[in-house]
Amino acid sequence: MAEKTCELFDCGHRACGGCGAALAARLVTKAAGKDSIFVSSTGCMEVFSTPYPETAWKVPWIHSLFENAAAVASGIEAALKKQGRKEKIVIMAGDGATFDIGMICISGAFERGHDFTYICYDNEAYMNTGIQRSGATPYDASTTTSPAGKCSFGNKRPKKDMPAILAAHGAPYVATTSIAYPADLLQKVEKAIATPGPSYVQVHAPCCTGWGFEGEQTIAIAKLAIETGLWVNYEMIDGKITKVKKVVRKPVEEYLKTQKRFRHLFKPIRQDAEIAAIQAIADKNAEKYGIDIKLNKKE
Amino acid sequence: MALAVGCRARPGKARDNKTGSWRVFKPIFDHEKCSKCGMCKTLCPEGCVHEDAEGLFNPDYSYCKGCGICAVECPKEAITMKLEEK
Ligand SMILES: Cc1ncc(C[n+]2csc(CCOP(=O)(O)OP(=O)(O)O)c2C)c(N)n1
Ligand code: SF4
Ligand code: SF4
Ligand code: SF4
Ligand SMILES: [Mg+2]
Repeated sequence: MAEKTCELFDCGHRACGGCGAALAARLVTKAAGKDSIFVSSTGCMEVFSTPYPETAWKVPWIHSLFENAAAVASGIEAALKKQGRKEKIVIMAGDGATFDIGMICISGAFERGHDFTYICYDNEAYMNTGIQRSGATPYDASTTTSPAGKCSFGNKRPKKDMPAILAAHGAPYVATTSIAYPADLLQKVEKAIATPGPSYVQVHAPCCTGWGFEGEQTIAIAKLAIETGLWVNYEMIDGKITKVKKVVRKPVEEYLKTQKRFRHLFKPIRQDAEIAAIQAIADKNAEKYGIDIKLNKKE
Repeated sequence: MALAVGCRARPGKARDNKTGSWRVFKPIFDHEKCSKCGMCKTLCPEGCVHEDAEGLFNPDYSYCKGCGICAVECPKEAITMKLEEK
């Protein structure tokens, strides 16, 4: 059962003011409740929540390596099972840890079918080490390893479809959600935890420092990602999409304009072809997931 | 500093770190305008907004970093950010 009142991720952590990942941690721990054990890979969340001897966690929490949170969680799950214990195991890992370096351990753990919930808080780059691109970085975002400049518009590759990769492993429950929709997030995390076997929830968690915007805008920007179709909130049960958040779509530039990582698309001159390429990504998402609410145009 | 076995720490010990000292702008809550929807409490990344016995919402200034999310997201515009005099 979710606990709505007790904070299991407490004050005093050292995340930047307005950090989306910190809010994700608060909400996920709320949904998981006190009978859970958390595993975190190296990254912002691990660093800002546990500078020794401090910890913001009020549930048992263990730091794995950057690459092996899924393997550490597998071991805990196997040990608890042997002891007949019922605690829920929740992994909290960044997108770098999930989309890139953790892939082998994740694939193995999902293949073995451990009963855990893997949460990826997706801030779309390696933030803790200074904003390097990851497989989750969107097309054209400028990062320190995909810098926009005279020869480049930023990250050249599209965002990797991690939920589809895990659904292809036979994961019974896969979902995407966002800190901008806390009720949806709580519901999906509860459902993922209640589902036996390995489940995956990918949480969009904007990062004011890495994306370049004021911390007060974190929720507004997360909403714009959904309203433009660049992030889609959906649910997949046994590999089939069962629920999708529909929107009246806005042009992608309303989202892009809010962040310094996309500034080069507007300054010094507007890059129409690049903005059109990003609009095409949103259009493709809209078609694939059927997110468009069609408005009846009144004459 | 001596390390505990497994580098374990007391749950929630981060509370010793009073992040309110980071603040530049301070959210001021106007209870007259508040509809008690609780959005500020739900969305605060610090988890430092609390509801009192009368259902009024207030931030714990010992931890509030002054990020301004509550002020931007409050549907009643009941929260204003003021430059803090220190
Ligand atoms: C094997 C290994 N390589 C590199 C690092 C350095 N490192 C620590 S955190 C991190 C990036 C984390 O990125 P992500 O998982 O997206 O989390 P975020 O910091 O963005 O929250 C890197 C490269 C490491 N700890 N271990
Ligand atoms: S760099 Fe980004 S993810 Fe890391 S603490 Fe700051 S806002 Fe949060
Ligand atoms: S968000 Fe605004 S209206 Fe809602 S409880 Fe907080 S102060 Fe009151
Ligand atoms: S300003 Fe930020 S940290 Fe302070 S109460 Fe509002 S949301 Fe929380
Ligand atoms: Mg990241």
